[in-house]
Amino acid sequence: MLGRTANGLFWMFRYLERAENTARLLDAGFRMALTRDIVSAEEEWRSVIHAAGQNQAYRAKHGTFTGIQVWNHILRDKDNQGSVLEMMRSVRTNARMVRNAISGELWTAVNESWMELDKALSRPVTQGTVGEVIALVRRAGTLAHGAMVGSMLRDSGYHFARAGTLVERADNTARILDMKYYLLLPSLSYVGTAMDTGQWDQILRSISGDRAYRWLNGGQSDPRGIVSFLVSDGRFPRSLAYSHTMLRDNLDALARIHGQDMESSALSGASAKMLAELTIEQIFDQGLHEFLTGFTRANAEIARAIADDYRFLR
Amino acid sequence: MTVDTEPFDEMRDPAGAVRSAYAGYAGWYDEQDQKWLQRKHQEAEGVFRRTGITFNVYGEDAAEERLIPFDMVPRIVSAAEWRKLSRGIEQRVRALNAFIHDLYHRQEIIRAGRVPERLFRDNEAWLSDMVGFTPPGGVYTHIVGIDLVRTGPNDFFVLEDNARTPSGVSYMLENRETMMAMFPELFTRVAVEAVSDYPMRLARSLAACAPDKTQGKPRVAVLTPGIYNSAYYEHAFLADQMGAELVESADLRVIGGRVAMRTTGGYEPIDVLYRRVDDEYLDPLSFNPDSMLGVPGIMDVYRSGGITIANAPGTGIADDKAIYSFMPDIVEFYTGEKPLLPNVETWRCADPESLKYVLDNLADLVVKEVHGSGGYGMLVGPAASRRELADFRRKLEARPDNYIAQPTLALSTCPVFGRKGLTPRHVDLRPYVLVSPDRVEITPGGLTRVALKKGSLVVNSSQGGGTKDTWVLKD
Repeated sequence: MLGRTANGLFWMFRYLERAENTARLLDAGFRMALTRDIVSAEEEWRSVIHAAGQNQAYRAKHGTFTGIQVWNHILRDKDNQGSVLEMMRSVRTNARMVRNAISGELWTAVNESWMELDKALSRPVTQGTVGEVIALVRRAGTLAHGAMVGSMLRDSGYHFARAGTLVERADNTARILDMKYYLLLPSLSYVGTAMDTGQWDQILRSISGDRAYRWLNGGQSDPRGIVSFLVSDGRFPRSLAYSHTMLRDNLDALARIHGQDMESSALSGASAKMLAELTIEQIFDQGLHEFLTGFTRANAEIARAIADDYRFLR
Repeated sequence: MTVDTEPFDEMRDPAGAVRSAYAGYAGWYDEQDQKWLQRKHQEAEGVFRRTGITFNVYGEDAAEERLIPFDMVPRIVSAAEWRKLSRGIEQRVRALNAFIHDLYHRQEIIRAGRVPERLFRDNEAWLSDMVGFTPPGGVYTHIVGIDLVRTGPNDFFVLEDNARTPSGVSYMLENRETMMAMFPELFTRVAVEAVSDYPMRLARSLAACAPDKTQGKPRVAVLTPGIYNSAYYEHAFLADQMGAELVESADLRVIGGRVAMRTTGGYEPIDVLYRRVDDEYLDPLSFNPDSMLGVPGIMDVYRSGGITIANAPGTGIADDKAIYSFMPDIVEFYTGEKPLLPNVETWRCADPESLKYVLDNLADLVVKEVHGSGGYGMLVGPAASRRELADFRRKLEARPDNYIAQPTLALSTCPVFGRKGLTPRHVDLRPYVLVSPDRVEITPGGLTRVALKKGSLVVNSSQGGGTKDTWVLKD
């Protein structure tokens, strides 16, 4: 497979994952705001912008935080490279670029989703349509993943695509966890103490882990449990442990296909091992923020090693 | 001949009776519910959009993707007609190859005084790099598209030879796929020759031209300028269907006398490159130094037998419209036979007498730029305004050698599906030909292009033309 094609597959799935996570985040904000006036729940929307990492871009254009402004900025602002619309455009552009490395089903799923979204986002998103648009974005992800699992040859292309998804997912989960931690904690001494359960619930929601967590914990939520769940529970498909274990498996498969020891494979192996052995005490001892910063750095390092190992760029 | 004469109708004779080739289709059509057909008509566009069968238009928006309109009434050619066409096409394609070889070697046709030397001396498509060099397998034009028009029951003419990079074959294949998906029962009633093995034949034909340095099974790759090129869809489609790599300039470099592509496991040599970039961009070291689309040094590799380039560089010398006017002589010179497929009568404006005739009859003629393509830079006399005629007259007088002129042919019509049922529109036909060292293969069918505006003779997609499925009937 061409290095450029591997790069295209990897990024196609990174953008898809990022768009989907951004939509999940918006969904969480939307539900959060439901408890107040949906449009003017300023604090809630402010935290959504923070968690999406779009503070600077948003403040450059807007002075206030209202629902309509926030979701239009995040979903469809053409000046915003991080908008869902622009990310989905990148998904499709990459899909066109790697078209002879993906199945027809996957291409059609991506192309149809793009056509629907492009149409839905051609006009400003109102309170009446925002839920629908968010659902469209999430469905775009579901359709693409489903088409891939059901129709793609399990060769290197599949593993590059999976690696893109998992690298991005690990980064997103860590970033959301860190943002909330940073924003919502009044002081470091509060770590591990009783906190606003509503806010922690939003972390779970934005990572689509609320139901799974409640199922496992009989409806009881506490910060240590939630952090432990999102960091180390290997059964939850958006946890750091799951993402890096699966990432390791895919990178090991790639190394086998290429018949060489690869740096990316070694790095992901080490990370998966570390996460498997980590206890919640160790995380809080070093500080959640410090731990997450270290994790995202290691995650980025794996992405860099993949690009080097497999000649993504000249 | 002008458009005053009633054009030949592919489906019905002047008395209104269905021609035999259309008998099966017409029987089926008459049984269909019009509303259902209307729905199918709209459905077809959705299919093309969803599957992304588009071409890019260069405009304000970096590359807007558009659909080429698809018409669901097939153009039907009988088995007997096709046999006749095939013989003529094969003869012409063999002559084209022999001609190009001769031009770059002994130039016997020029010595014999059958074509003037200036035709290639002044030709931008002439590549001195090719002089004395014979491509692997002796094949110059691996993939050819011969544009045909029809004016009567037995009157087919070659309108143009596309010997460098004929496009549109993906539409031939997708049109058939779409027809089979929409009207499966139709294909059980009418026996139609399959076109779907084209990509397999293309792959085999290209591999058969692999260079001597090939080790093991030949590796074929399609070279595209990238996703913003107008025909990107076709490039990706063909690579996909052939199981070949789709490469861009940035993927390639010359290593150890071979052209190699950067794979995830390192650089691997390519044996056959089906390139969809023009000669002048192919090698910045040999041609356009600013080109980002080609491979520096590929011409050296080529000349030393390290790679096959399809179609061969310099092939464009044969599909120039000035050369076209000599094709009957060229066919006769190399095959020793009379051409089976005639040319359209052509006036070379470089010749003062012809120029005078053209200027005197401008309103009745079609005038084309010698190097133009895709319907650009042409004048359709009968459809032109007085002002357009005056403008073109000035252009002709300023650079007569840049133009040829042809009569405005009454191109045959084929029905298209409109709001009120079937209605006639002008069509042409581009069959696709594959050339390998040991054979010439013609896919039974081709791309039928149709002018969607009533009365219009311009079928180019860049000018709003559409396409149809083309059926060659089985005996």
